[in-house]
Amino acid sequence: MKKYIYIYVLCVTVLFGTFGYAQQTPAPKQSEAISIVGATAHIGNGKVIDNATIVFENGKIIRIGSAASTRTSGKRIDAKGKHVYPGFISPNSTLGLVEIDAVRATRDQDETGAFNPHIRSLIAYNAESKVVESCRPNGILIAQITPRGGRVSGTSSIVQLDAWNWEDAAVKVDDAIHINWPNNFTIGRWWLGEERGLRPNKNYPEQVQQIQDVFNESKSYLNGSRSPKNLPYEAMNGLMNGTQKLFVHVDTEKGILDAINFGKKNNVKIVIVGGYQAHKVASTLRQNNVPVLLHRTHYVPEMDDEDYDLSYKKAKILTDAGVLVGLENSGQMERMNTRNLPFLAGTAAAHGLDKEKALQLITSNTAKILGIDAQLGTLEVGKDATLFISEGDALDMRGNILTHAFINGRELSLETHQTELWKRYMKKYEGK
Amino acid sequence: MKNSYLLLLLFFCSFSVIAQDYFPKNDGVKTESHIITAFTNAKIYVTPTQVIENGTLLIQDGKVLQAGSNVSIPKSATVVDLAGKSIYPSFIDPFSDFGIQAPKRNAGSWRSAPQYDAERKGYYWNDHIRPDVNPIADFTFDNKKATDLLKAGFGTVNTHMHDGIVRGNGLLVALNTKADNSIRVLDNRSAQYLSYKKSNTSKQAYPTSLMGSMALLRQMYHDADWYAKGNAKRTDLALEALLKNKNLVQIFHSGNKHNSIKTDAIGDEFGIQYVLVGDGTEYENINAMKATNASFIIPLDFPKAYDVSNPYAASVVELEAMKHWNQAPSNPKMLADKGIQFSFTMHDSKSGSEFMSNIQKAISYGLDKTKALEALTTVPAKILQQEDKVGTLQNGRQANFIITSGDIFDKKTVIYENWVQGNQHVFKDKSQKDLRGKYTFNVAGTQYDVDIAGTPEKLKATVMKDSTTLGSKISFSDDWLQLHFTTPDTTKTEFVRLTAPVQNVTYFSGRALLANGSETTFNATQKEAKKADGGKKSGKDSEKETPKMLPISYPNGAYGMASLPQQEDVLFKNATVWTNEKEGILKNTDVLVKDGKIARIGQNLNARGAKVIDATGKHLTAGIIDEHSHIAAFAINEAGHNSTAEVNMADVVNPEDVDIYRNLAGGVTTIQLLHGSANPIGGRSAILSLRWGRSADEMLFKGAPGFIKFALGENVKQSNWGDTETTRFPQTRMGVEQVFTDYFQRAKEYEAQKKSGNYRYDIEMETILEIINKERFVSCHSYVQSEINMLMKVAEKYGFNINTFTHILEGYKVADKMEKHGVGGSTFSDWWAYKYEVNDAIPYNAAIMHSQGVVVAINSDDGEMSRRLNQEAAKTVKYGGVSEEEAWKFVTLNPAKLLHIDDKVGSIKTGKQADLVLWTNHPMSIYAKAQTTMIEGTVYFDLERDAQLRKNIQNQRSELMNMMLLEKNKGMKTLAPKKKEKVHHHCDTVEF
Repeated sequence: MKKYIYIYVLCVTVLFGTFGYAQQTPAPKQSEAISIVGATAHIGNGKVIDNATIVFENGKIIRIGSAASTRTSGKRIDAKGKHVYPGFISPNSTLGLVEIDAVRATRDQDETGAFNPHIRSLIAYNAESKVVESCRPNGILIAQITPRGGRVSGTSSIVQLDAWNWEDAAVKVDDAIHINWPNNFTIGRWWLGEERGLRPNKNYPEQVQQIQDVFNESKSYLNGSRSPKNLPYEAMNGLMNGTQKLFVHVDTEKGILDAINFGKKNNVKIVIVGGYQAHKVASTLRQNNVPVLLHRTHYVPEMDDEDYDLSYKKAKILTDAGVLVGLENSGQMERMNTRNLPFLAGTAAAHGLDKEKALQLITSNTAKILGIDAQLGTLEVGKDATLFISEGDALDMRGNILTHAFINGRELSLETHQTELWKRYMKKYEGK
Repeated sequence: MKNSYLLLLLFFCSFSVIAQDYFPKNDGVKTESHIITAFTNAKIYVTPTQVIENGTLLIQDGKVLQAGSNVSIPKSATVVDLAGKSIYPSFIDPFSDFGIQAPKRNAGSWRSAPQYDAERKGYYWNDHIRPDVNPIADFTFDNKKATDLLKAGFGTVNTHMHDGIVRGNGLLVALNTKADNSIRVLDNRSAQYLSYKKSNTSKQAYPTSLMGSMALLRQMYHDADWYAKGNAKRTDLALEALLKNKNLVQIFHSGNKHNSIKTDAIGDEFGIQYVLVGDGTEYENINAMKATNASFIIPLDFPKAYDVSNPYAASVVELEAMKHWNQAPSNPKMLADKGIQFSFTMHDSKSGSEFMSNIQKAISYGLDKTKALEALTTVPAKILQQEDKVGTLQNGRQANFIITSGDIFDKKTVIYENWVQGNQHVFKDKSQKDLRGKYTFNVAGTQYDVDIAGTPEKLKATVMKDSTTLGSKISFSDDWLQLHFTTPDTTKTEFVRLTAPVQNVTYFSGRALLANGSETTFNATQKEAKKADGGKKSGKDSEKETPKMLPISYPNGAYGMASLPQQEDVLFKNATVWTNEKEGILKNTDVLVKDGKIARIGQNLNARGAKVIDATGKHLTAGIIDEHSHIAAFAINEAGHNSTAEVNMADVVNPEDVDIYRNLAGGVTTIQLLHGSANPIGGRSAILSLRWGRSADEMLFKGAPGFIKFALGENVKQSNWGDTETTRFPQTRMGVEQVFTDYFQRAKEYEAQKKSGNYRYDIEMETILEIINKERFVSCHSYVQSEINMLMKVAEKYGFNINTFTHILEGYKVADKMEKHGVGGSTFSDWWAYKYEVNDAIPYNAAIMHSQGVVVAINSDDGEMSRRLNQEAAKTVKYGGVSEEEAWKFVTLNPAKLLHIDDKVGSIKTGKQADLVLWTNHPMSIYAKAQTTMIEGTVYFDLERDAQLRKNIQNQRSELMNMMLLEKNKGMKTLAPKKKEKVHHHCDTVEF
């Protein structure tokens, strides 16, 4: 029997060794209470507790406070000198929808057609993606999986990043509908002989009207007999009854203002996604309580005339104006870059934003914007034990070194196929 | 007097000999007519500087006989009295496409498979080289276009086929609508034209880039030389034509000021002085233009103001574009002030009237009128070496001249006639009587008050009966008046029609046709002639004011500086100094910069007159070096061949790319501008010091050795280029090896041939030979271990080493082999998953390679990441636990080593270049900002200066917007706001 086990282990090792590396096995349910003791706890709402104790059981935080006044229970993790953070949240993400950018067969983020509210990201989410796995060791534990393309791209869902399948991963199913607001500028189609460059989009009013038409038609349909069934209109129901938010992907100043008015007129809650020029309309955003999922801070200004640090400091400008801001990371190589989300926030801190407020850009603010703040986004009693321990400042590359990470109290593997390759080759060289 | 008569006689004699026609004539008698026409009492511009008041011009048989003040008019001459009028030589456009239809590009053809070989057989190996084109065969005189040009004052054009890189010769054509081509084509081989644009006649892929076009030109000249010496085995009609055209004027449409500098340099390499056709931005870099010693042909399509009334729309207009609108009209004046010889071309102008009003605008910006006239007449004639035919009204020249009402550059001046080769083209009646004034018309006993106003050519009449205004229409030409007006009875549609010949404007009479159809006579008496223009004078003066022009900055757009920053001696006081030397990281240390070098490192150093910067609590490091960059370039990939060692990135450096400034703001002082990865053997690199504000040549890193880009894997086998790109060799990694082997082998054989003395100079082979002979270093784009291993083996076989593997994402798998070979690894900190070959890329790569003794650098390949390379270096602390001191070297000393410039930069060591960055924080902290960035002691970025530059941009933007709004309010045409498209280059950026 022992021999068989040996052979089995050998087989597994050989398999892993030769063909690489399967994904990490999702962690089992939390079986006993866990107490993290002695760490600096970054609550995620602006507060910090030095030398804190955090206790969680059955996946929920049950106690948090200074070590002196907080009783521990269960398994104890000594985290003196370390830092604890709520799990970082990556909104407007295509994680798990594409594996390798250049390989078409692995691309599942963009459905054909312009009006796709019925397209649901969740069912295509690959819980076993190697890219998803690579996010966890940097503290990204939650993501909003969002379809791309079209005028109405589809419906997103929120997932946690350690699961066997999409059903297990789901945190909030069909949380929002995403719409690409028309651009009031258009790029010359030089390949059709037009002059290169950006110019005003003559079709903008018409394109905005098309969105209004879709809303009007959906409303009429939903208020009627709803027969015969119309899948896209049915999918608009959550927006109409207020259970879903409308995420408007828009960058220009005028577009943002028009989107705000559109939301008011149609009585839907909107979130601005991208918001390249959001800082120019900060006061209007605040007055209308419209939050912004701001584009990546690591972004070159679009105009020569703009400040070199414009993208770095925009989060501060908006925060100072009283706008609720989260950071999103869409753009070039967005999936593999998800793991740099903490550094997007760190860069905002480098350019004037208070460090704990910078942390809110990827924790509590985002949780509020996504409507999951009752369970996620801060280290508070009653919330999910979705958190991690870092050797140092998790917004700084040199400090973002995780020792433990938990989702609903389940202790995750911080290994990835990348750490395995690292160890495998170091072993090869050291074995010489 | 006698003498001139004699001269005239001689002229006649010689003429009659020349003019003996040999063509038979069957439709009448073969009588020749040699009538002399004399234009008298005119102000004659014989040349722009030789002006005769009250002079006489004699022409005969299409040529000028004589122009002067004391000209005796032969009795037989027809005399035209031009009292009060002026005569100018007609204009010449040296860069025209008149009568020559360029082929159109087949739209949509980019979808089909690319074509690598030439379509033409018996010509050069590249279809875009077309010196053999002589457009005389396809020349069709375009009467309509000719009339437009004549109206604008042009009498001659040098036209050519606007197609291809070498475009063949031009034709000098007189715009004579009354003769045939045998008369009006004055020279059917006048100048050879060149450009960087490919021919639309061929789909041949090469060259796909600007530097490819430049390389192709150079090789073409070498090949022509080889051919001329009789060494070629084949007949090449293109090269034969090129050799034949060698003595023609070479006119190069370089396209912009950067290209003009480069084009002139290419000319210098081959002993050719090109005439450069610019784009009107020459003023921004006027000293460099002067240094070319070239004559320029410049367009006059000054930009229109943008319509900035909608602030949302206006926000996309860049300062650079607005400044160009404001400054461009000064271009001719600046050229003239520098003593640069220039001609105008109408080529980019939409109409003759726009062209002329832009000359007037240039004059209002200070251009001297004589210079303007020269740029239209004598200079183009001189440039084209056709001064004996056109450009002046000296004896024997073509009788090409215009008759105007006055100063040609005055807005109100009318061009009456344009004579070409002695043939008259009338546009306005020069003897037009001025009918304007107040009249009493007496029609069959009824009195009408008629007020005639408007311009003499286009009159407007107001006809009054008592106090009723009648509907009317007036016209007046060839001394005949036509006037009709309605009857006072408004219920009826009926007219009174008048017509009369006018000899005398004070009184005339004619025939009238009344509403009832009866015929009678009428007469008109002028009560009062129109007064001369009075009230407008003040308006005219205000137009003469020189418009306000914003100062030119370096560069002349966003974040340009009023003057170039200068080297200064600086003492950094009390910094944490990251030496990158054995001294390590020194706290509370001073660094003295003197004459651009690091003079002293120590504590409590004496400033000795140097500017002191308090660096307490701050960190001083060597400037960041990006081993793999694609900023500051006009093009990245020459993708037309699988080897393009002949191209050079130094040809396409864009010193005005704002990303240079942004890199400086991220602490970067040096970059390697690499060719892209479209082919196994790419182009030569340019190593740049980011001296913002300076020229492309001044940015080249002094004393840096030569580099070249190689590439492996998916990009070179075109895996992700689409389904049509499957014909170019190689399509597999197996093929990639053979490409290298083939080229190295051929280079060896080339070397042997070269040693024999008789050889064809091959730029590509010369470059590859440099690699084999270890005179040029390879930086090779690479991903997977198999190909990395392969290239090292191929190089070893040919006796040299690969210098650097760049990207090298699987370097960790063969780090020991790399160390043994002696190659460095310049990698990304954490990129992966963007294509299949980076599936096994891991962020521990740098740490592993470093642990095995490989010289490791972290690079960007990205204009955004390049300004945060300090953060990227910090990632190697996170991934793999590299020490901070070593991690910092990954972006400073190690890339300096890989570029073989570590004797000059990369560390803080006495005697090295003062390429330094002062950081507000630990340089690898995410919270660090570059405060001051200097290169050789010159500060190119500084937070304080940055704040000032931002303010300047804001102020200038608003000032220019106000000026543009004023322009719009004046009723001038404006353009919808637009923004140039910014392309952020990566390795795989291909421009077709």
